[in-house]
Amino acid sequence: MKLINLIKLAIQSLLRNKFRSLLTMLGIIIGVASVIAMLAIGEGSKQSIEKNISGMGSNLIMVSPIKDKRGGVTLGSGDAKKLYIDDCEAILENCPSVKSVTPVLRASGQIISGSNNWPTSIMGTNEYFFEIRNQEIESGRSFTNDEIRRAAKVCLIGETVKENIFGENSDPVGEKIRYNKIPFEIIGVLESKGQSTFGSDQDDIIVAPYTTVQKRILSISFIHQIYLSAISEDASEKAVEEIEETLRAEHKLTGAEENDFDIRTQEEIMSMLSSTSDVLTTLLAAIAGISLLVGGIGIMNIMYVSVTERTREIGLRSAVGGREVDIMWQFLIESIFMSLTGGIIGIILGASTAYSVSHFMNWPVVITVNSIFLAFFFASIIGVFFGWYPARKAAKLDPINALRHE
Amino acid sequence: MRRMNKNIISLKSIDKDYYVGDITVRALKDVDMEINEGEFTAVMGTSGSGKSTLLNILGCLDKPTKGKYHLDDELINKLNKNQLAYIRNQKIGFVFQSYNLLPKTSALENVELPLLYNNTVSSKERRERALSALESVSLSNRKFHMPNQLSGGQQQRVAIARSLVNNPVLILADEPTGNLDTRTSYEIMNLFQELNSQGKTIVIVTHEQDIAQFTKRNIIYRDGRIIKDQKIENPKSAKEALDKLPKEEEA
Repeated sequence: MKLINLIKLAIQSLLRNKFRSLLTMLGIIIGVASVIAMLAIGEGSKQSIEKNISGMGSNLIMVSPIKDKRGGVTLGSGDAKKLYIDDCEAILENCPSVKSVTPVLRASGQIISGSNNWPTSIMGTNEYFFEIRNQEIESGRSFTNDEIRRAAKVCLIGETVKENIFGENSDPVGEKIRYNKIPFEIIGVLESKGQSTFGSDQDDIIVAPYTTVQKRILSISFIHQIYLSAISEDASEKAVEEIEETLRAEHKLTGAEENDFDIRTQEEIMSMLSSTSDVLTTLLAAIAGISLLVGGIGIMNIMYVSVTERTREIGLRSAVGGREVDIMWQFLIESIFMSLTGGIIGIILGASTAYSVSHFMNWPVVITVNSIFLAFFFASIIGVFFGWYPARKAAKLDPINALRHE
Repeated sequence: MRRMNKNIISLKSIDKDYYVGDITVRALKDVDMEINEGEFTAVMGTSGSGKSTLLNILGCLDKPTKGKYHLDDELINKLNKNQLAYIRNQKIGFVFQSYNLLPKTSALENVELPLLYNNTVSSKERRERALSALESVSLSNRKFHMPNQLSGGQQQRVAIARSLVNNPVLILADEPTGNLDTRTSYEIMNLFQELNSQGKTIVIVTHEQDIAQFTKRNIIYRDGRIIKDQKIENPKSAKEALDKLPKEEEA
């Protein structure tokens, strides 16, 4: 039989059982739609992570101390090799690929202003922090070198802190607050950065000169971390090498000794996080793939029922000259047609689901052409694979018995 | 002087055995039979006489265990499944007891069916031939009706139109009136007589003497053998029989 007639026949026969065909296709529709939606959500979160991390600062490099290991046992933080302000100075002096350096200290406490109070963390940095972290200042100013030298009690506050202490549309520059009983003058408000990749509120913070945090709040001599920026993105690898060399010399580490510090670039963090998100995407797609498989089994089931139900028709077609291959194609094309139609509807449904998720739940979604091809490809494979056995069963029916079938 | 009619069916020493477990059922035993062009034959017999087996073999749906079967001078025994399908498509028209029309499919499309499996027929020609086949069974006015909108007799006439559409050398009818009342049966037999008078070779399998009397030759089977082969010189006219039936009340 000619292909065009076979296709017409398949469409006619599916239209004769509209509701059943629709139910059968539903399995494929849901499967394809969930594959598309899951991949879109996965891809969207991956891209949003990447965007978020590049928002952390251009060419950001972070240096942290690592906990000391002796004989393979990681010791408590008290034994951690510390970083000192001398390390910052040495890096600035010896590393030509490094543009700016800031020491970083963290502490937590309670802000009190009048009758309002708010728990938040304080970050001690120098004036280059804002440049390194791409942190704009919404109003007011950054602190000066002189304020750092004097360990001045000045600070910049984040948007969340401002809202909770002073209200949304206030301008608290010049106001006084107390942080752990120490009075601070607010000299600026940080521009909002929103939620971080890790889900924490990046605006729930106070930034003060590192000397103030180090001496007045924590009373320690070391610093927690060093943030740096490379002179360019391409130079960040070179910068890491230079920093490592400088810090090893500074910490007097000899050849065989391991580094007592950890250097992370923004790229490393990005690749680490996107690999996590890749795993998640694969997992989601695999679950969606299973529902596609179940949809395929649904097609197979209905095709078997249909073959049994139409046994006499098969016998008749055989009697009037239908060859095995004609009968086989007739049923195979029906299942392929169902899975392809289901695939197309599924793609449309999946894309609209993804967009409504992004619209109503504010999740980032990205539908890639690849995911559409992938879903369509699998849908057609499933049509052939699960249609094959029922079609073969139909083709192998003995026309004599088929014609007598009740 | 005898007029030599073309030989359509020629069975020579046909055996057909079925194997049910260890038991061999001999459905046909050494059957010889010849049917010429233009004949109208009834194959008769009780159930188990082998007439259904014979029909399957004549219809190229089954192959004999032994012996030679020529249909329209073509040796059928050696053909494979695809070749048999081709022979069925080109040379045979089937009519069944239960009509076997495709449900939810118009009369016209049902008649077109055999031509769908013939790639040399264009869709335009297919439609024309189906229309003229429907006309020859006087159902042109029902061409778009679905089988469930037709009476039993009309459905069987659609089935007969379907058996005519490929212009076969042989029409095989398996109990064509088995599901019909007397009046409709006579109408169908009348149609067969008309087709036969136009030169069609027809073989009917039936167990009803009443139906067989309208044919020109009765072959009676019992236990897989022919026990009687009888020419009927003046077959009854189905049209006259119809006229003699008490008139149905007009609705």
